[in-house]
Amino acid sequence: MAPLLVRRGIETLLVLLVMSFLIYALIGLMPGDPIDLMLSADPRFTTADAARLKALYGLDRPLLERYFLWLGRALTGDFGYSRLYGQPVFTVIWPRLLNTLLLMGTSFALALLIAIPAGIVAALRPRSFLDTLVNMLAFAGFSVPSFWLSLMLIVLFAVTLGWLPAGGVASVGDGGLWDRLTYLVLPVAALTLLTAGTFLRFARAALIEALQEDHIRTARAKGCSTARIVLAHALPNALIPIVTVVALHFGSLLSGALVVETVFSYLGMGKLIYDAILGNDYNLALAALLLGTALTLLANLAADLVYLELDPRIHESL
Amino acid sequence: MRASEVLPANRVPGLMRRFRRRPAALVSLVLLLLLGALCLAAPLVARLLGTDAETIDLLGRFQPPSLAHPLGTDELGRDVLLRLLYGGRISLLVGIGGALFASAIGVGIGILSGWVGGPLDRFLMRVTDAVIALPLLPLLIVLAAVDLAKLGLPLAFAGGATASVVRIMVIVALFGWTTVARLARAATLSVKSREFVLAARAMGAPPARILRSHILPNVAAPVVVATTLSVGNVILAESVLSFLGLGIQPPLASWGTMLTNAQELIFGSPALAIWPGLSIFLTVLTFNLMGDGLQEALDPRQSRHI
Repeated sequence: MAPLLVRRGIETLLVLLVMSFLIYALIGLMPGDPIDLMLSADPRFTTADAARLKALYGLDRPLLERYFLWLGRALTGDFGYSRLYGQPVFTVIWPRLLNTLLLMGTSFALALLIAIPAGIVAALRPRSFLDTLVNMLAFAGFSVPSFWLSLMLIVLFAVTLGWLPAGGVASVGDGGLWDRLTYLVLPVAALTLLTAGTFLRFARAALIEALQEDHIRTARAKGCSTARIVLAHALPNALIPIVTVVALHFGSLLSGALVVETVFSYLGMGKLIYDAILGNDYNLALAALLLGTALTLLANLAADLVYLELDPRIHESL
Repeated sequence: MRASEVLPANRVPGLMRRFRRRPAALVSLVLLLLLGALCLAAPLVARLLGTDAETIDLLGRFQPPSLAHPLGTDELGRDVLLRLLYGGRISLLVGIGGALFASAIGVGIGILSGWVGGPLDRFLMRVTDAVIALPLLPLLIVLAAVDLAKLGLPLAFAGGATASVVRIMVIVALFGWTTVARLARAATLSVKSREFVLAARAMGAPPARILRSHILPNVAAPVVVATTLSVGNVILAESVLSFLGLGIQPPLASWGTMLTNAQELIFGSPALAIWPGLSIFLTVLTFNLMGDGLQEALDPRQSRHI
């Protein structure tokens, strides 16, 4: 376990390093550069000023040199200032990250609460009417465009029925818990519906497999009740692949959150990344993208380790 | 040569029979063929309706469905049905083109990895794992925002509307090849050490011949399934990027860009947001159901699990 952990940890760091360079290079390829932005903001700006500032900030140096300079600073925790917010990058990111984790965490838990019972119902009688129905709903869940589902929720619950706010985080002048919760309902519902379908398919497949094991047949033959067979014998085995797959979905959950946050104007990481890229806020975009990548890679690493921990058979084969 | 002579004799009828046993997959196939035909026939529909997708009629904005405009008109008085059909051309083109492109990359990497083996195999599979582990959409957004002119491409091409179509396909393919690569590698490994391949090698068959007559036929089935399933995902990715303003550029329109405009008008005319989204939803759903049906038809052993 320990050498494997070290190897996988080093691999993850390596991937993160490569990604940091790629993202750094790509951000540099986006339209405009910081000096252009100053130029357009100040009519007295001259060509000489531009050249001087370029030299001052090191923008005239080659890409690799600039990258290592940035990396050196980043490693000491200095990611620079955000252009849009005028604050250190991570001062901007932390509250947004908490909002996103709240959105993702709630949706994730709700999606599992839907997926596992529905998966059990479907797996107990494969090919039955109920199974087909559950399956079709699951297909609908991962075939629906995230932004359109969000829009339709707005049309139904905010425009037609007027029950819930269409977007934002809290009402002006009211920041109470209840008020904030009403703003959370629609984004959470959208992300839950988007995620539950995928989880459901995995839960169903894992449970069907687990229910075909010999010990299940033995338990049945001994007159064990269906509830006990599922909950005590099949589910614990099925949880191993479910947990792994679910942790591997951190990245797609983050992608889903980005869209949902943008449509609902929910102030989270996803909307921050989007705004930073479109607003030419290089430092912010770079740091937020890297943080998103790092979190996704860590979730994957955790999934691998949990898998190893839960399944002794894989343990032995390594 | 008839198809039944190429494949083992029992395979084609069995395949059809198993595919037919999945009504959802069959219905999906028919629906998709209909949709494709309708999108291709868009100019014909335009002539029937006596208008075209670009005709602006500011006096006839936000009209409800009528005989002249079966799905009504949009914020500029354009016919919604025609805009949908032309948008569908772009969305389907990007979806199928992007999926094929991604598969081509995946098959190349997968076969190379499985055939050569050793350190190259380990390296390529590590790269595949790493790409799978990345958060897709944020990176797609960065790639879509990149200014191609800064890469030295001529401005006329880099900024053009046609370029936005090609660019989306390339971007999506850059991340979409991983599943196919794994499947192609696994299929290559499974036949590589079988007797008939060893015999062919021993008799001095050139690698190109072994690849063509032994490896590719075995790789084909899982790759076809994975490609069908990925068309839906590519269409979803394209529509999200276009919706965010980073995908297909005007004057071209896809279902995603149609929804961008509809979002701003959602309080006044929610109907405009329904049609393009429903089109994406149904197209992606039918591709997914068809891929699922194909998977069961091609690999009945697996069907118990999936």
